[in-house]
Amino acid sequence: MIKRVVDFFGDEGHARSRRRLFYMVLALIVVADFLVPREHAEYLWDRLPGWSAVYGFGSCLLLIFVSKFLGHQGGLMRREDYYD
Amino acid sequence: MIEFVHPALLFILGAVPIPFLKGSIRKTYLVLIPALAIAAVLAMEPGSYGAGRFIGQEILFAKVDKLSIVFATVFTIMALIGMVYALHLSQAGQHVAAFVYVGSALGVVFAGDYLTLYLFWEGMAFASAYLVFAQGGERAIRAAFRYLMVHVTGGVALLGGIVLHGLAAGSLLFGPIAGGALAGTMDVGGYLILAGFLLNAAVPPLNAWLTDAYPEATVTGAVFMSAFTTKTAVYVLARAFPGTELLVWLGAVMALYGVIYAVLENDCRRLLAYHIVSQVGYMVAGIGIGTEMAVNGATSHAFAHILYKALLFMGAGAVIEVTGRRKLTELGGLYKTMPLTVALYMVGAFAISAFPFFSGFVTKSMVIAAAGQDHRALVVLALTMASSGTFLHTGLKLPYYMFFGTDRKLEAREPPRNMLVAMGIAAVFCIVIGVFPEPLYALLPYPVAFEPYTGVHVTESLGLLMFTALGFVLFLKALDPENTISIDTDWFYRKGARAFLWLAEKPLARYEKAVSNVSDTLALPLLHGTARAGLRVDLNGVDAAVNGFARAILSGGGALRRLQTGVVTHYALAMIAGVIAAIAVFAVVWQ
Repeated sequence: MIKRVVDFFGDEGHARSRRRLFYMVLALIVVADFLVPREHAEYLWDRLPGWSAVYGFGSCLLLIFVSKFLGHQGGLMRREDYYD
Repeated sequence: MIEFVHPALLFILGAVPIPFLKGSIRKTYLVLIPALAIAAVLAMEPGSYGAGRFIGQEILFAKVDKLSIVFATVFTIMALIGMVYALHLSQAGQHVAAFVYVGSALGVVFAGDYLTLYLFWEGMAFASAYLVFAQGGERAIRAAFRYLMVHVTGGVALLGGIVLHGLAAGSLLFGPIAGGALAGTMDVGGYLILAGFLLNAAVPPLNAWLTDAYPEATVTGAVFMSAFTTKTAVYVLARAFPGTELLVWLGAVMALYGVIYAVLENDCRRLLAYHIVSQVGYMVAGIGIGTEMAVNGATSHAFAHILYKALLFMGAGAVIEVTGRRKLTELGGLYKTMPLTVALYMVGAFAISAFPFFSGFVTKSMVIAAAGQDHRALVVLALTMASSGTFLHTGLKLPYYMFFGTDRKLEAREPPRNMLVAMGIAAVFCIVIGVFPEPLYALLPYPVAFEPYTGVHVTESLGLLMFTALGFVLFLKALDPENTISIDTDWFYRKGARAFLWLAEKPLARYEKAVSNVSDTLALPLLHGTARAGLRVDLNGVDAAVNGFARAILSGGGALRRLQTGVVTHYALAMIAGVIAAIAVFAVVWQ
């Protein structure tokens, strides 16, 4: 059973159904976020449905590109024999 | 009935027979001791045990309260899991080191005074360093020496702080440091103690020892290391510095620092090590906020973190064990041959990313909610962003490039059964804590009024995580691992040590040579000459005192020359004798 689940995520043959499932889950989450009750809203973003999706996507991009920028332009990434 | 058996002694004394046991008897023994320790922790009652006096100071060997019991519970559970993971090792050395390491960590957790704490603190540093040395090879040994030197330096700062704080406060009992909550009123001793604690918690810029040494440790040793040193530091911070404003900001920065470096990392265990830094950031921030809910959050997050982080290290260790490779650029396509390892690793990944029904969901959110209640919007945003980064790396990037991605046609198989069993136990804990958080909440130091499973919280968490996954899918190419290493703050002492050695070898050595040349070619002939002249004057019938004076100079010069042996060990011996004399004088004066 475990092997079949793992294979579903690995095998090239399942790529289409994998993608369809993924986008369906994304859509469901956004819809659910609009439907849940929000009685306790501390901050502005707590009142915005879909905020966490936007923030997650934005954070992901920001982290990737800021880090790679620091790595390449900021000189954090060095050849493997740097300390030898 | 005995009401208190110190679990630290179980481990430390229990380490002695390990080398003499063989085969299945040793295996049974290695599992039996942690099991007994778990029983001892479950049976213990809050109270103070083993009070006494030493060099005129109050000593409290073991102080048991709710906070120490939570940490001791997870430490002993983790010791059991780690021992099962390491059962296949034939050498006794690593088992002994692991036992002493776990025992010392437990010693710190129950320490009622600073001297006991310091003793076990150093024990932890040396025992854990062995787990890096045991890997062998030049890289590991160099990393182990760096690890040891950083920790010894941190230990000296801690000891200095303890002495100053002890003199100022008049007591060495371990508790909240007066003025800790109000910034600016803490004395120098307090700051030194804080620095020693922050070093072990791997708070930037004192974090590089962790990411430097953990990936060089043995496969089984790294699992122990991922659990104990930083979380012991979290415990002592929670005990001595709750509500210290500085910690809130250090924690928030730390959570992001770890994920930024994780993007750049190519070594699988170093990537996980950067996520220790990131996750400990949540705990440090929680302790800094200092409200009951925040300290509860930090404590429960430490509990969950030890188990899922060990699971992740065990998964990466299993890959290294069977393939002998550790770089993401050299791994890929292992899901066909290691499906169980993939599944167990992913449980840990979901737990660290705080997916609903996994342990991180019920603990990490408590820290973030506490920050929200304390009206710290920036901290909430920073920690939430770090959550996104956590899933990006440990849940997506690492498994993708390690298990899926380009098939490198590596010969692999599932790891030995004991490793899978250990991973299985940790995975069960990750899920059970996530589904039934109440038993963990009941263990926490303060009553819990926090409900993780609300509709909003579930949809928000899923939104954050799954749209992070969307970013990963869309920008996969940008995340391809690169064959590089990253410069961290260890640069200062790795390059700095080189500069120091150059200074010692070139200018200083030349100066020393010049000085001895001067004494050989100028000073000594001068002394001889003076002596000879004196002799002549004496022969000419002048006062005999001059003669004696010249002789004194001659023999003094000779004695000086003998003292200046140039042998480093002699100098070192003299320094050690000096330190011992200073301590003796100090101890007498202190009395």
